[in-house]
Amino acid sequence: MNKTIKGIAAPLPLSNVDTDVIMPKRFLITITREGLADGTFADLRFESSGQIQPDFVLNKAPWTQANILIVGDNFGCGSSREHAVWGMRQLGIDACIGTGFAGIFYDNARKNGLALPIVSTDTRDRLLQFANNSNGAEVTIDLAARKITTGEISASFEMDDATQTALIRGRDDTLDSLEYADAIHAFEANLDDKMRVSVRK
Amino acid sequence: MSRTLYDKLVDAHKVCDLPDGDMLIYVDFHIMNEYTSPQAFSGLDTKGLSVWRPEAHLAVVDHVNPTRSNEPHDTASKLLIDNLEANCTKHGIAFYGLGDPRQGIEHVVVPEQGLVVPGMLIACGDSHTTTYGAYGALGFGIGTSEVEHVLATQTLRYKRMKTMRVIVDGETVPGVTAKDIIMKVVQVVGAGGANGFAVEFAGSAIRGLDVAGRMTVCNMAVELGARAALIAADDITKAALKGHAHSGQFAFKGENWMSDPEAVFHKEVTIAGTDIEPLITWGTSPDQSVPITANVPVASDYVSPKVKAALERSLKYMGLTEGQSAKSIEIDTAFIGSCTNSRIEDLREAAKILEGRKVATGVEAIVVPGSAMTRIKAEAEGLRDIFEAAGFEWRPEAGCSMCLAMNDDIAIDGERVASSTNRNFEGRQGRGARTHLMSPAMVAAAAVTGHLADVRDFKQETST
Repeated sequence: MNKTIKGIAAPLPLSNVDTDVIMPKRFLITITREGLADGTFADLRFESSGQIQPDFVLNKAPWTQANILIVGDNFGCGSSREHAVWGMRQLGIDACIGTGFAGIFYDNARKNGLALPIVSTDTRDRLLQFANNSNGAEVTIDLAARKITTGEISASFEMDDATQTALIRGRDDTLDSLEYADAIHAFEANLDDKMRVSVRK
Repeated sequence: MSRTLYDKLVDAHKVCDLPDGDMLIYVDFHIMNEYTSPQAFSGLDTKGLSVWRPEAHLAVVDHVNPTRSNEPHDTASKLLIDNLEANCTKHGIAFYGLGDPRQGIEHVVVPEQGLVVPGMLIACGDSHTTTYGAYGALGFGIGTSEVEHVLATQTLRYKRMKTMRVIVDGETVPGVTAKDIIMKVVQVVGAGGANGFAVEFAGSAIRGLDVAGRMTVCNMAVELGARAALIAADDITKAALKGHAHSGQFAFKGENWMSDPEAVFHKEVTIAGTDIEPLITWGTSPDQSVPITANVPVASDYVSPKVKAALERSLKYMGLTEGQSAKSIEIDTAFIGSCTNSRIEDLREAAKILEGRKVATGVEAIVVPGSAMTRIKAEAEGLRDIFEAAGFEWRPEAGCSMCLAMNDDIAIDGERVASSTNRNFEGRQGRGARTHLMSPAMVAAAAVTGHLADVRDFKQETST
C-alpha cells in the first residue's frame, strides 16, 4: 500500500450500511477469498433479474471508476464476515471516508489494506457534496500526514497509530506476532489451571 | 486504582505491548464455524504454520446446515462443512458436526457444554460472540484474518476500547423480556452509538435476569456497535455454572469479575426499566423500533432531510404506510430461533402463549431449537407437543436457520416475518424479505393472531 491513496470518490450517504448489504449471504458459501467482486453491493448494483440497476451510484459515470467511497454513519455494521472487505477490495475500493465504522469491519479493513479515515460530520457532508458534483475530480488521502485534500477541502482525519502503521507497511500480522512467541509461552506458563481450556473431542 | 470489569479482563489477558500501540491479548478459548474459518486454515497452510494450542479451539457447524435433516441440502454447503471437519481433523481440533449430540448454534452450545466461565476471554468469527459477557467473560467477534491469527498464536492484536455503562433500573412490567430490554437499549443508544466502546450492563432490571436473559442482552449489544458486552458475575452466574463445568476443570478464578464501585466509565446511559414496553422493529435497522401499542413513524414529523429520507427508505422497503399502528401489521411467517432467542427458556416463554391456541390461517410458523440438547430437553418437557398442537413446525436439527438464511430457510421477496432474531437488515432473511424483530413470546402472539400483537393481551395459563 502506498502512503497516498488518490482517485475518484463516490457518494454513498446511507447510514448503517451493514455487511449483509455489502456482501449478501448467497456469496458466502465459499472456501476461498476470491471471486467476490460481483457479490459486493450486489442487491444495490443489480436487479433481482441480474440487470444492472442504473440508478446506483457505482453504476454511473464518473463513479464507475471510483476507488474511494464517502459513506454514511456506522458503515460496516452487523456480521463479522470479512468477505465484505475482500469483495470491496476486489471491486477496486481502496478507502472509505466516514464518521465512524463498526469495530469488526474496521479491523477487517486494516488486515486487507482498506483505509477507513474517520472525519467529522461536517467534513463528511462537505466531501459528500463534493463527490456528488465532482465530474471526476480526484480526492487525495495522505495516510502518513492523516490528511484528505480535494478541491477547496483540506481536512485531517482520525486513524489509530497501529492501523496507520499496518496500512502503510502492509505487513503480515500473524507472522509479525509470532516473533513474540516467547512472551506468549511465558504468559501461558503463568495461566491459572482453571482457565486452561481443553475441549473434549 | 479502581478499574472497570472490562479493564480487569483486558489486564488479565495482556501478553505484552507492541511497538505500534497495539497489545497482544491471550485468547483462552476460540470457537469456529464453517463459513468464517476456511480461509483462515488455508492461510495457515500457505504460511506453513501450525495451530498453537489445538485443545483451546472448538468448531461447530451451524450457519449453512439445513434444519429439516442432518444431511447438507446442496453441494456448496456440504463443501463448507466437509472442509471444516477436514481442517479440524488435520489440526487436532474438537469438531461438533451434523448428527453430533452436542451440535447446535455455537453461542447456545458453548454455555451448554460448560465452556464459559467468568474471567475468560473468548473469540469467535461471529459478531454475536458478545453473548459471553452474560457470564462476566470477555467475548467478541473477529474476522477471518484474526481467526488465522488466533489459530497460529493463541493471541490477538488488540486496542483497549473506551467503556460505557448502561444502567437499566427499576422493575419491568410483566410481558417485558430481556429481548425488549436490549431492543430498548439499541433504540436509545442507536445502531452505531457504542462503536469503539465496551459496554457493561448494570441496574436492577439486568441483575434480575437469569443467565439466559443476560445472554440475550449481551448477544444483541453488538447491534449498538459494542465490540464487547459485560454483566458482572454474581450469585445467579455462579448458580448457572453449577454442574455445567466442561470436564470439571473450570471454576471462578480468584478475582471478583465485577467493576470496582469507584470505577469511572467514559460514558453512562440510564434507562428506566419501568418505562419499557414490549417492542417491535418496524424498519431495517435494529434501532428502528416502537412499542407494540404505538404507530410506525410519520416521515414528515422529522425536520432533518437525512432522517426523513432514511425513514422513507425503510418504510418503503418494509411495505408499511407511515403512521399505521404496529398491531395492524399482518405477517406471513413466524420464526423462533437464533443465538439471541432459541434457548430452553425462550421456548418455554413462547409455549406459554401457544398453549391451547392455534396459529392463524395463512401463517407459516417455524421453531428451530438452538441445539440438539435444547431440543431434547424441550421435547422431554412437552414443549414440542405444545408447539406442534398450535401448528408450529418443530425442526429436528439445530442451526442459525432463517436468522440469516444461509441455509435453505430463505424468506421470499416481500415475505413478512415476525422473528425472534437479531437483525432486520434489508435482505437479511432473503432478498426483499421484511423482518420484524421481537421477543419469542411476541412472535408466538403474532403467529396466533396473524398480525403483530401485544403479549400482554394474552391470558396465560397460570401454572401452580
